[in-house]
Formats: sequence, structure tokens, C-alpha cells
Amino acid sequence: MIQHPGVLALLLASGLVTLLVVAAAGLGWQILRHWDQHSGTESQLALERRTYLVSALLSLALGVQVLSLFLFIFTADGLHSQFVGAMCAAGSLAAAPYGYTTLLLKVGTCLLAGAWIVLHRADIRAYDCPLIRPKFGLLLGLAPLVLAETWFQTRYLTGLRADVMTSCCGSLFGQGREGIAAELAGLPPALMHPLFWGSLLAFAVAGGWFLRTRRGALAFSLLGLAFFVIALVALVSVFDLYIYELPTHHCPFCLLHREHGFVGYPLYATLLGGALTALGVGVLSPFRGRTSLASVLPAMQAKLAWTALGCAAVFTLIVGIWALVSPLRL
Amino acid sequence: MRPSLQRHRSVLDFALSSLLRRKGRNLALTAVYTLVVFVLASLVFFVQALKHEAGELLEHAPDMVVQRMVAGRHDPMPASQVDAIREIRGVEEAEARLWGYYYDPVYGGNLTVMASPDPTLLPGSARIGRGVARNMRVAEGDMVPLRGYDGLPLLFTIQQVLAEESELVASDLVLLTPADVRTLFHLPEGLATDLAVKAGNPRELATIAAKIVEKFPDARPILKAEMLRTYEAAFDWRGGLMVVVLSSAILSFIIFAWDKATGLSAEERKEIGILKSIGWESGDVLLLKFWEGAVVSLAAFLGGVLLAYGHVFFFSATLFEHALKGWSVLFPRFRLIPALDAYQLTVLFFLTVLPYTAATLVPCWRAAMADPDSAMRS
Repeated sequence: MIQHPGVLALLLASGLVTLLVVAAAGLGWQILRHWDQHSGTESQLALERRTYLVSALLSLALGVQVLSLFLFIFTADGLHSQFVGAMCAAGSLAAAPYGYTTLLLKVGTCLLAGAWIVLHRADIRAYDCPLIRPKFGLLLGLAPLVLAETWFQTRYLTGLRADVMTSCCGSLFGQGREGIAAELAGLPPALMHPLFWGSLLAFAVAGGWFLRTRRGALAFSLLGLAFFVIALVALVSVFDLYIYELPTHHCPFCLLHREHGFVGYPLYATLLGGALTALGVGVLSPFRGRTSLASVLPAMQAKLAWTALGCAAVFTLIVGIWALVSPLRL
Repeated sequence: MRPSLQRHRSVLDFALSSLLRRKGRNLALTAVYTLVVFVLASLVFFVQALKHEAGELLEHAPDMVVQRMVAGRHDPMPASQVDAIREIRGVEEAEARLWGYYYDPVYGGNLTVMASPDPTLLPGSARIGRGVARNMRVAEGDMVPLRGYDGLPLLFTIQQVLAEESELVASDLVLLTPADVRTLFHLPEGLATDLAVKAGNPRELATIAAKIVEKFPDARPILKAEMLRTYEAAFDWRGGLMVVVLSSAILSFIIFAWDKATGLSAEERKEIGILKSIGWESGDVLLLKFWEGAVVSLAAFLGGVLLAYGHVFFFSATLFEHALKGWSVLFPRFRLIPALDAYQLTVLFFLTVLPYTAATLVPCWRAAMADPDSAMRS
């Protein structure tokens, strides 16, 4: 293990998050089993009080989870100088087993955590806590994922050894290489341009339709998620070439460096924020029929939809401007 | 103002007045919290500044240094090897260097004696670093005796004391003419200590190093990138080790914070009881507790970070200097260049604010859930 303060902070954070989520899941299990909205017994009152504790535990844990995603990438990036051949976080993540597994799990837990917070925000606005069961059901699904992430992150961070040989981003995401990352990075602009602009158009039309008629929430959510996944692939395969001004460099992590104006941060923040809010619209849509939520959900979904569309617009604006001003022409 | 923002503002206002009502207790907590942040922040800033400094220094170092190894030890190189290495394709410049260490028995310090190619340095004269001048209490124009290999003293006139800006690298440096270095160490003509290589294209360095080893199996090429990596690893390791050592202090602080948050005074209980009886909900009391914790955390975090900034960048981190820099008789005096970024602050936040918040969460919830009737009676 490399005793870097960032590594120690990540281990401490994941330990604490696991503790908080496991404690919350334990309480959530009790709530799921014994919850009875119409009961006025002492135990039901105790359960109602515990929902406050679970919410507080999870709000902290999930906030830390989102921050730790960025801390993880930044720490991996900062450690690259200690590995032979690494140029950025891409090399550090490949320097020990489970680096990329941890990253994927972190993104997954962030999205699920976001969905939980959306459900929770809707639930506390209604007088009868109508989402208590789906909310705590989701929590029980989230807890094993957080545990897995902590396990893989600990294995990865403790498995890092200084001076090991690793691959640089040029070879991990280079054209003609094997592996899913290299294949996605190698997708041609002739395919990615129509795919990106087409999915953006579909997402915008679905957004307009949903905001006008308040119908088609699920379609909007699915199209939104599809757009943000396509946008990520387009960023790695096409748009980053304009930023690097190199026709062969496809690294998703070098975008976070100073020499590229830290442009990766707003790009990834909009991708994550957009995917999260688009997912939120879909997560809420099955509960629109609940009486106590009838006045709350449409406004919440509209706010989430506007945010998702805003994130897509900011992302497109950044990559569009970069593609226009870049001296590289594909 | 939007109603939700107005609610937060009002609760924050109440939280501040509530904290001020219990000044003594909260000040003690903030002081300990600030101290913990200060110690950790000093450490993180200091390690980062040293890494930054090492990177800046190595910026001007040769791309590669080639040494000759004999029986696993560093040995002088013959000039024939130097010429052959210069011939390798890709090598732009190769300079034979002449240097060695000199232990001064009077002052108990190790000096780095190096040959200077500068023709303005006169035979029998020396240019010395600030640390040497300080230690030997000499100035320009004074004479300095150095004992030669045969035990006989050689006298050198100090032509110049090197500028203060170069102190970090040149504190223990003595520059002599090549002939004087050879006389002092009894190094025969045709031998050099090592070789500094500059490549036209730095990406070719690994290939050049492989060619050197192929041609001279007893040669050891050391790349600048390797030196930088070693420095980074050493500083990170020292910093990480100190964090592990300090973890006991963090743990003690967490227990202290937990204890403070758990032990609600009768007056506080009564206050919460009254708030709930006049219409505050449990969620509002929880929000109040959140804002109280946020104010304490923010004050301690800002205070600790500012104190650490002053400690590291204005007072050269007096508390950690020897543990992290290493020690020596001829130690350079230098002021670190501030190198602070959002990443370090996030790491600090994770190491201090996060454990504090987690530790105080359950006690805050207990306080917020108190029954108004029983709370007022207690």
C-alpha cells in the first residue's frame, strides 16, 4: 500500500460510509418489516423516529459517496508519477487489480444514491410517508453495492506498489487495442456524430413533450440515460480529440489536467448530474397515482427534467465550442 | 427570499445564538477541533510544498546521470566511456562531472565538493554555499583549510558566497577548479565521478539508457523521472506515516466530540423541549443541530487551515521540519513556496470534518427526538 494522505482519506471515508449504510440498512430492515402507517403504538412511533436517523445517516453517507468519487479519481491521478509508464489516472487504475471495478462501482452507487435521495425528498413532502417501502427496499439493494465497493477499493488501494510497471493511457485507450475501453474509444466520428446529435435531439423532444403535457416521464428518463451514456462514449471517442488537438489520444482522464483547463470536471459533473436527474424523473413516475403525492410529484419531476436538460445543454455547449475553436479537423 | 432558504437562515440564526449562549463549552470544542485540523493541515501542506520544491529543483537536473558500478559500489568512470556514451545517437550533450564528499572533522558537517567548469573561478579559490559559510563562520576573502587525501591541509580563498536563492540546493556546496578537486581527492587525470547526459528528445531517454547498459554492463543510468518518483514516494510515505501516527489524536478527538454531543445539559434538554412544545418538529431540531455542527466545523476548519498555512509557509513548519525533511549539520534554511489546491483541502475535509460529523450524528438525533414533556420536566 502507498501511504499517501489521499489514500488514507479514501480508506477512512469508505469505512465510515460502510458503517453508516450498514447501520441504516439494519434500521431500514426493521422499518420494512414492522411499518404500519395506521398504527398508533409505541413501536410504530419509535419506527417513525428512526426514519429521521436513517435519513440523516444516508444523507451524510451518500454526500460523501459523491465527493469520494472525485477524490478517488484525483488521488489515482496524483499517484501516477509513482508508477513506471503511467501518465495519468488511467495508468494508476491499471497498476493494481480492481482499480476500474472500483471506479464503475462508485459511479453505480452514486447513481443509486441519487435515486434514493430523490425518493426520500418526495416522501418527506407527503403527510403519510407513502414511499417508505420502495425507499427502504432500494436501500437494501444499495447496501451490498456499497459493501462491494468498499471491499474492491480496499483491495485496490492496499494492492498498489510504487515503481510497478503499468500501461499509459495511450496504450489503454489507443486505437487498434483490445478491450472494451479501447473499442469504445476507437468508434469512428462518422458513427458517433449522428448518434450523439440524434440522441440529443430525441432527449430534447422528449423533454419538451414531458414539460408541456406532464406525460412520457419514463420515456424521457430512458432517453436521458441513453443520451448521457452516448455522450460519455462520444467524449472519449471524438470530442476529446478536439480538446487534446491530437487525432489519436482518447484518454478520459487527461481532461482533468491543468494543461487542458480542467475541462474534465465540468464535463463529468454535467454527465453525472444529468444522468442522476434524468434517472430521478423515471424513479418517481410509478408513484404519480398516490393521492398524497399528486400535488408534489409533477413539480419535482419538472424541476429534475429542467436540470437534466440544462446539464445536457452545458455539456453540448462545452464540447461544441471546443470542437469549433480547436485547430484539429477530423 | 424563497421560503426554504428563509427557513435555513432563521435556523442558522438561532443556532448561532444557541452556540453563543454556551460559549465556554463550544469554544473548548472548537479549540481542540482547530488544533487537530492545524496539525493535519500543516502536515499535508508541508509534504505537498516539499514535493513541489523537489519537482522545481529537478527541473534543472540533467535528464540522466550515468555512474559506473564496481562490486556494487559507485566507482569513477574512465574518460573512454564518457566519449563512447557521447557518440550514442540521441545524446545531445554529455558532461563528465567531478565531485565528492568531504567530511569536516572540526565542524562535524559533510560538504559536497564539486568541480566548476566556470573559467572565472581562480585556482586556489572556492565558491561556497550559505550553509558552509554559516557553519565555518567565514565570508568572502577569508581562507578555508581543507584536508587533502594525504592529511596535509590545502588553503582556499573564498571568492564568493553563493546567493541565498540557491540555498536549498547549494547550502553544503564547495565549488573548486577541476585541478583543485583532483588534488584534494587524489583523482587521477582521465577519470570522472559520473556523467550528466542530456537527450535531444526526452522520450528517447529509456532507449538511450538501454543502449548505455548494453555497451557498458557495469554502468548504472539514473533517469530524472526515477529521481522524481523516488522523492514523491519518500515524501508521501513520510506524510502518510505521520497521518497514521496522528490517527490516535484524531480518534481521541472523535471520542471527545462524541462525549460532548452526548452529554446534553439540563438547560439544553429544556430548550429542546420548549422548542418542540411551541411547534418545532423533530426535523427542525435536527436541522438546528446540523447547523450548530456545521458552524463549529467550518470555524475550526478555516482556523486550522489558516494557522497551518502560516506555520508552513511563514515559519517553515517548525514542528515537523526534522521528521519530514531529514536532518543534517549543514541544513539549508529556506522558505517554502505556497502550493495549495482544492485536492489537499478535500483530503483534509475527509480526515477531519467527516469523522466529526459521523460521530455527532447519533447524539444529535437522540437530542432531536426527545419528548417535549419529559425534556421540560428534566
